[in-house]
Amino acid sequence: MSAVVDGHGHGHSHDHGEHPGGYGGIMRWITTTNHKDIGTMYLWFSFLMFGIGGIIAVVIRAELFSPGLQFVNPDLFNQLTTMHGLIMIFGAIMPAFVGFANWQIPMMIGAPDMAFARLNNWSFWLLPFAATLLILSFLMPGGAPGVGWTMYAPLTVQMGMGMDFTIFAVHLLGMSSILGAINIITTVLNMRAPGMTLLRMPLFVWTWLITAYLLLAVMPVLAGAVTMTLTDRHFGTTFFNAAGGGDPVLYQHIFWFFGHPEVYVVAMPAFGVISQVIPAFSRKPIFGYASMVYATSAIAIISFIVWAHHMYTTGMPVTGQLFFMYATMLVAVPTGVKVFNWVATMWKGSLSFETPMLFALGFLFMFTLGGFTGLVLSIVPVDIQLQDTYYVVAHFHYVMVAGALFSAFAGIYFWLPKWTGRMYDETLGKIHFWLTLVFFNMIFFVQHFLGLAGMPRRIPDYPLMFETWNKVSSLGAFGMGLAQLLFLYIVVKCIRSGAPAPQKPWEGADSLEWTHLPTPAPYHSFETPPVLK
Amino acid sequence: MNLEQANRRLFLRLALSALGMFGFGFALVPFYNQICKALGVNSLEQRSSIPVSRQVDPSRSITIELDSNAHNLPWRFRPLVNHVQVHPGELATVEYEIVNQRSAPVTGQAVPSYGPQFAGEYFRKLECFCFTQQTLAPGETRRMPVTFVVDAKLPRDVNTITLSYTFFEVAGRGGKS
Repeated sequence: MSAVVDGHGHGHSHDHGEHPGGYGGIMRWITTTNHKDIGTMYLWFSFLMFGIGGIIAVVIRAELFSPGLQFVNPDLFNQLTTMHGLIMIFGAIMPAFVGFANWQIPMMIGAPDMAFARLNNWSFWLLPFAATLLILSFLMPGGAPGVGWTMYAPLTVQMGMGMDFTIFAVHLLGMSSILGAINIITTVLNMRAPGMTLLRMPLFVWTWLITAYLLLAVMPVLAGAVTMTLTDRHFGTTFFNAAGGGDPVLYQHIFWFFGHPEVYVVAMPAFGVISQVIPAFSRKPIFGYASMVYATSAIAIISFIVWAHHMYTTGMPVTGQLFFMYATMLVAVPTGVKVFNWVATMWKGSLSFETPMLFALGFLFMFTLGGFTGLVLSIVPVDIQLQDTYYVVAHFHYVMVAGALFSAFAGIYFWLPKWTGRMYDETLGKIHFWLTLVFFNMIFFVQHFLGLAGMPRRIPDYPLMFETWNKVSSLGAFGMGLAQLLFLYIVVKCIRSGAPAPQKPWEGADSLEWTHLPTPAPYHSFETPPVLK
Repeated sequence: MNLEQANRRLFLRLALSALGMFGFGFALVPFYNQICKALGVNSLEQRSSIPVSRQVDPSRSITIELDSNAHNLPWRFRPLVNHVQVHPGELATVEYEIVNQRSAPVTGQAVPSYGPQFAGEYFRKLECFCFTQQTLAPGETRRMPVTFVVDAKLPRDVNTITLSYTFFEVAGRGGKS
């Protein structure tokens, strides 16, 4: 974090007096209500969590390098897979995009700050405490919960104290997301510059507006689900406890009512970033702007009626399976609209392939691949074969890593010059992209084979016949981990000693932060709203 | 209306809808139970009221294997016989025995399951200790019957049905039921 303090020192030595309250040092970050400061904190926090979740992933892959038990016992293995999932989703990906939202939304709509600046500060500062609770659960008697990130009953009802820590952590994370969502909706609806009508907003703002509504609708449901688990554990209720007439399958329904829209909570801001990057490097406006908005809304609405495709094997009636199968396939239509629009944006554009564009293209190829395996899995008879195999693991890592993470990288490289006032090292950025791309596919492409061959997920040991592809996958994971150290180096190098960036380093970029603001973006921007023609 | 008021109003509305969705999560519980009842799934603990074909089919003989588990309960719980032979359509009764080994009253609820799973819908329980919670005094021993009929419509390739009961302690009841 000190790197960023320095970065700001370099960039704004002239306007230090503008910092609210004039706090310096750590107090500046604790008390700040500035959307740019808070965005920076979100991004660094999520990078830290990405590191922790990544280390856990490397330990998991080290254990799976060979059959048999090498480094961790099965109990700890389960705890590690659980924590990897929870930390990456709630600690890394979601806060990363909230970080983008904080930095970008006010600048893109011409607002001076977020609508509720102090609440914004609080939304962020809930996160470190939630993360601490989550990680502390490893030290509890019985360890962290080894229940999987989905936290299915009845295991959660039986776990040790670590489970309670996790439940409270989820409560805090949920509160942070809900407050953040309220803030974003209010900012977008009430604080746009005059002339910035809803259908003139950049697509990143649109996707975040829809995401915020999704968050508002589903995070409270997750909070309800874990609250029920908590009262089942300690207060004698029997929501999921079979002894009192409860039903563990009920938990799955409530969880996935949250869980499936959550998938789009992660994916949509990613779509938004890609919708900014691809037109900028194609030097053309986005193709089919209005259809992008409607497709995004359609995905959000359909996401509420597909949840039980995660539960085909729980013994639901065939009619139910058919309904959820067709509804799930329907998601492919608006998603296809988006993919075709991105491709059509590039059509006959004058393309250039700087790092953000490379990551956007990586996203486009591999997210689509993840979408296709999702379609495969939506088919009931196929899913019953592939349920809980590595095919599913490969599928959701294609949409989560190649989808969300790649687009986060694209966004960082794209906006880093605007945020820091300095250019990153283009050569190193490209190396980072190619390393990430190759190692990512090395890890996860082969997992499709493992899954089709029948290797179940969440196991620390496996039959000998799975050894080869597991070795490939593990080697890929070690490489992927190292490649991210390069990313850290590139960002720190950019902040400390990058070449000064021009106001608009990307020729085709056309949103307000590029056209109306100097580089680096001043600490307070758009205190008087910009004039839009 | 100035911006601050407008923001505050929107905040209130959005916060209320978040609160509403929290409630919605809980509303899913009765909703789920009603759906299950309407669709006839998840009726393990209910007495069979569906008419059963009582036409005894002496040409077939089904082995009913009996299994028992106590989940975190200080109870010894076992069937008096390990398996019985019945003809489809024939009324049969088996007995289970539980012994409360704790020096305090304990309340438990038995939950049945079947192997193979789909055999459950052909296994009609007319009387079962799993229909109610059982409270045992300290050291008490109790024998409890299960009266059942295997529906004659049971698919012909099923020759063995495993009936397994698991007793769970009803927490917080302290033996009061």
